[in-house]
Amino acid sequence: MDTLRYSSIAARSPKFWMLLIGLALIAVVGVLSAHHMEVEGHVITGMNNQIVWGLPHVFAIFLIVAASGALNVASIASVFGRAEYKPLARLSALLAVALLAGGLAVLVLDLGRPDRLIVAMTQYNFKSIFAWNIILYTGFFAIVGVYIWSMMDHSMQKYSKKAGLFVFIWRLILTTGTGSIFGFLVARSVYDTAMLAPMFIIMSFAFGLAFYVLVLLASYTWTQRPLGDFVLNKLRNLLGVFIASILYFVAVYHVTNLYATEHHAVEKFLLVDGGIYTTLFWVGQVLIGGLIPLALIYMPQTKNCRKTLMAACAMVIVGGFAQVYIIVVGGQAFPLELFPGMEVSSAFFDGEVSQYCPSIWEILLGIAGIAISLLLVTVGVAVLEFLPDSLSDKIVEAKK
Amino acid sequence: MNNVVNKAYKLLRKSEQVTDEQKTDQSKRSFIGGLVGASGLAVAPGVMLYQIASAKPADQAVTNKVRWGMLVNVNQCTEDCDACVTACNDEHGLWPEEGSSTDSQWIRKLTVKDPSTQNTKSFPVMCQHCEHPPCVDVCPTGASFKREDGIVLVNMHTCIGCRYCMMACPYKARSFVHEVLEDQLPSTPRGKGCVDSCNMCVHKVDAGDNTTACAQACEKDGHQAIVFGDLNDPQSEISKRLKDFGGTQIRADLGLNTGVRYQGL
Ligand code: SF4
Ligand code: SF4
Repeated sequence: MDTLRYSSIAARSPKFWMLLIGLALIAVVGVLSAHHMEVEGHVITGMNNQIVWGLPHVFAIFLIVAASGALNVASIASVFGRAEYKPLARLSALLAVALLAGGLAVLVLDLGRPDRLIVAMTQYNFKSIFAWNIILYTGFFAIVGVYIWSMMDHSMQKYSKKAGLFVFIWRLILTTGTGSIFGFLVARSVYDTAMLAPMFIIMSFAFGLAFYVLVLLASYTWTQRPLGDFVLNKLRNLLGVFIASILYFVAVYHVTNLYATEHHAVEKFLLVDGGIYTTLFWVGQVLIGGLIPLALIYMPQTKNCRKTLMAACAMVIVGGFAQVYIIVVGGQAFPLELFPGMEVSSAFFDGEVSQYCPSIWEILLGIAGIAISLLLVTVGVAVLEFLPDSLSDKIVEAKK
Repeated sequence: MNNVVNKAYKLLRKSEQVTDEQKTDQSKRSFIGGLVGASGLAVAPGVMLYQIASAKPADQAVTNKVRWGMLVNVNQCTEDCDACVTACNDEHGLWPEEGSSTDSQWIRKLTVKDPSTQNTKSFPVMCQHCEHPPCVDVCPTGASFKREDGIVLVNMHTCIGCRYCMMACPYKARSFVHEVLEDQLPSTPRGKGCVDSCNMCVHKVDAGDNTTACAQACEKDGHQAIVFGDLNDPQSEISKRLKDFGGTQIRADLGLNTGVRYQGL
């Protein structure tokens, strides 16, 4: 059986149902806590008039960014014509759609008026990057949907390459759009840089791939389908390059900021005395999200080790989460500078570092976003032919 | 285009007041009843011909011939006075709890100290009613908008509570309504899950009062630190003062051309 064949995961074992029910429960709990937030108002969350975007936005932005990156594998196959990635493309597209859906769910459920979603869908202020993002996200679902169709339906296969290219361009714009949400906030020192949009693209590559590898490993292990080292080592190397690129971008971001005197205060805050944000930066982002996984990936001792690869992926996700947290929450915690160089105070927290302590409701909502994503993937691979029967070295290398 | 939006908003404000009225208790009902009695006519229950008593007829569009603004004379503002803040809270029914990080606060007193000279100044900061307001640019639904006369407002019917405008405002001028509101004032529609900010007492301006609650309170207290007026009219007091003494914008480097100016900063 040397040919590539796809099938849905037929074996609906008790384990499968447990996973499905478990994820669904987490999702339901999250939706209920969002409902509670809506009824009581955001006063029950940790968010306030200083930290207006909190944990839900960290989860949402993280998932949305990862969604675009999850498509990498498919893009490498269809846009860059690397045939050995082709068997991996369907899952890549599915995961992208699922992650985006999870992220958007969190974003929408956190709105002050989620009941007015229809307003957001029908009234656009075209000057707003947010409005453009709504179009970009909706379009993403449609385009990736067509792309998946073109890969699955034989009669459509001739369009697969074109669809793949289109998806590739679309998602680069999408991530730029997500990064630009912050780029437009000129008055906030942390976002006052042209580096954010490109940095979001490279972040998306790493986060998305980390998710992809974890989902791939989990689904092949649990369904006991063969998965060879060839595929995994390709992905492992790719991940290494992406992690290194993030570290590079982050270094450039901070070094260029240090050139400008007006940014010294915010740099000091982020890198030296910002408390939780400084810790998150050095320990979370740099160490856990960067240096350790890099070591795990490139150490010769761990060459074919799946456990270390899984650990590296998990760390990239944790580190990435810390990075988005610093951008979103840290960016607001640093006081707005109404009068640069002056000491400012008021009864409204001017001149103070804002405090934020997420409530259980926000945490549950955020986690539900991940659960929704994984739920969609689980259902997807169960009902449609996303996964190749085998990804053994023999089969994949034959594709090369 | 903006005219249409403005008109629509005014209609919405009116309808909101009407729904408010239907909901509120008898005492409020009679209060509004008094208001309406002076200026409107109930045709049938819930259907109402309504007109706010004003210097200009309500069906006349707000024009860009005027640009409302305020000038704060920092030298006349004293550190221990917060009459403007109290007046704003009373005028709009805000009454934030002391030290609350979630209650709406439209105007606040800022104390600014120059560390090199120890010179300290105290003055109020509210929505600066920017000519190029970032809060309007980023709002996905267009709920945050600027009237032709320069007043920046939030349309309570289309705000989805995304808080992007709060992220974008350089002056921390906006508040998100974090809980169910009780005892709202009909002249200032607000609502849980939406964002609000200083509306330059638009109900007073539209009624032809030619002042704001904060300016009035400051004057009453004898400081006269806040002057309200038409920046486009060279004969208005605010324009004359600006001409004679100049006026600074907070974060002028951002190029937002604020409608609130400061003298003596
Ligand atoms: S001060 Fe803030 S809320 Fe007011 S118009 Fe300017 S950006 Fe908008
Ligand atoms: S919170 Fe409301 S007014 Fe502010 S940007 Fe969002 S929709 Fe617009």
